[in-house]
Amino acid sequence: MGKIKLLQGNEACAEGAVYAGCTFFAGYPITPSTEVAEFMAKRLPLIGGAFMQMEDEIAAMAAVIGGSLAGSKALTATSGPGFSLKQENMGFAMLTEVPCVIVNVMRGGPSTGVPTGPGQSDIMQCKWGTHGDHPAICLTPAYVQEIFSETVRAFNLSEKYRTPVTIAFDEIVGHMRERIEIPDSGVLPVVNRTKPTCPPSEYLPYDDSKGDIPPMANFFEGYRYHVTGLNHGTDGFPVNASPRIHTDELRLIRKVEGNKADIVKFEETQLEDAEVAIFAYGVSGRSAKTAVEAARKEGIKAGLFRPLTIWPFPEEQVAAISSRVKAIIVPELSLGQIIFEVDRCAKGRCKVEGIYRVDGDPINPAQILAKLKEVK
Amino acid sequence: MAFDYDQYIRGGKLPHIWCPGCTYGIVFKSLLRAVDTLKLNRDDIALVSGIGCASRLPGYVDFNTLHTTHGRALGFATGIKMAKPDKHVLVVSGDGDATAIGGNHFIHACRRNIDITVLVFNNFIYGMTGGQYSPTTPSGHLATTMPYGNIDPSFNIPELAKGAGASFVARGTAYHAAGLDKLIIEAMQHKGLSVVEIMNACPTTHGRRNKFKSPTDMLLWMKDTFIPAVAFDKLPPEKTVGKLPMGVLYKKEGLPEYCETYYGLVARLKQKEGRA
Repeated sequence: MGKIKLLQGNEACAEGAVYAGCTFFAGYPITPSTEVAEFMAKRLPLIGGAFMQMEDEIAAMAAVIGGSLAGSKALTATSGPGFSLKQENMGFAMLTEVPCVIVNVMRGGPSTGVPTGPGQSDIMQCKWGTHGDHPAICLTPAYVQEIFSETVRAFNLSEKYRTPVTIAFDEIVGHMRERIEIPDSGVLPVVNRTKPTCPPSEYLPYDDSKGDIPPMANFFEGYRYHVTGLNHGTDGFPVNASPRIHTDELRLIRKVEGNKADIVKFEETQLEDAEVAIFAYGVSGRSAKTAVEAARKEGIKAGLFRPLTIWPFPEEQVAAISSRVKAIIVPELSLGQIIFEVDRCAKGRCKVEGIYRVDGDPINPAQILAKLKEVK
Repeated sequence: MAFDYDQYIRGGKLPHIWCPGCTYGIVFKSLLRAVDTLKLNRDDIALVSGIGCASRLPGYVDFNTLHTTHGRALGFATGIKMAKPDKHVLVVSGDGDATAIGGNHFIHACRRNIDITVLVFNNFIYGMTGGQYSPTTPSGHLATTMPYGNIDPSFNIPELAKGAGASFVARGTAYHAAGLDKLIIEAMQHKGLSVVEIMNACPTTHGRRNKFKSPTDMLLWMKDTFIPAVAFDKLPPEKTVGKLPMGVLYKKEGLPEYCETYYGLVARLKQKEGRA
């Protein structure tokens, strides 16, 4: 039995990071993510880790990559506008294959938007925020307990696949307090990056001849190598107009898309015999769960698909659902973003209808229930 | 015996990208001689850069090297140093990289006084992108984005660094290469944020638009313009017109260094916990 605590989502996120072995945090305060930094500021010095409040979000993301290259598991946390600022360096981490975790506690937008209200409108930015073709892993927990365990999973995926991982949850679950159990050390798996075993003279940091995820040496461990945000060869040095650029970009995407069975995680509620399905994540997923219970009481065969991994998108699962239901309802705190992904996977096999809200309040179960009645 | 540069250079990574007449090669060699004099283990050095001509330097040298995004080298370097405070972290940055897009990171690294050595290669221009003006382009000089002459006031990098809290500030030039070795050595030995502004020549995108007939003219300009700080300070004001001081311009020992302060706190907390 682990420790029982009453924690805020943001605090649970920080607890999860520490559980996963995070010893480096760099960030810049921004509502509603700030408590993640505040918790880390208090906690990291006690375990010998490094906490830094940087001058801005860009520097914070840069420092996180530097810390990770130097061998630490590194975290940053931000919200909307700060997440936008981090994007260039997130792309750098992606191309240079430096593991790190980025938390985006989503608020309303665009621009400064509604800093103290929830939003789900950064969800496409979690996938497409930086430039170029690239993979993305993004996890979307909805409960305080889940924020803890998904943060551990985010670090594990990041270390395993040598790539940045984003955790996106909204202000409501970030600030909500719930009872959680923090498992004893060793209960949840903790993954560490694979180190090279070859002699330093033979080390190629991006050698993909033995698999899509090359072993990673940290700086100062005797494997002196070059890291650049330019497209590079197996030795890490820039290449221009080379077939390597094409094949390497495909490899980066394959690292994630080719391992969906390991990365994609979701929860299904009463979907087996459902006639109408709901696709919802985060706080909207919580409302949807209540709506499904209420609908079932009224004899409506409703079910819920709640993704815990939103990127890569659970395409196969949504496609399968779309062939057995009349409609999929997509409630989201935006004017329609993730609905286009659902629609893309449903390919016209069923109706896809959205419920949208951007006024800083959540979509409540009654709204979803009304929609269920309308489309059933 | 001639200095053996090969021991520090990565096999097969030359020739470098710098144009004929560029002085970055001079500074590059000076840096290698400085590291050699200090007898540092190259496994313990991280050399970080942003974007631009100077920023391609790390690729040629056999340390742990990191070529990052434009202006952000100090952010990356700060992360490395905080994670591994006992290692040597060096940053090479151009004038645009350090003081325009990276200006905020520059002043805050100075303010923290974190033990990183920053070499700012000042060639007064954005070289790699083809000659746009930078925060150090002299008044009236031509640049592709100042086709009628530069109207932007220039940054004085040493004054900026000092004002922001750097505890070691120096200025050298590519012309005065021997003295540059000493400045880099002293900067690297200093505990705290050390900044060395290094005057460089970009004949290709700056000189040829601004009445420097040859790369040599640019070096001669350095020879005539920069005077050792000790001598400069003794000159009457009328004789300092058009001249600039070089050498160590500011140095303050014993100021709190960021990593030491932070890990000192960690040690105190651990001790407290042990007592409890």
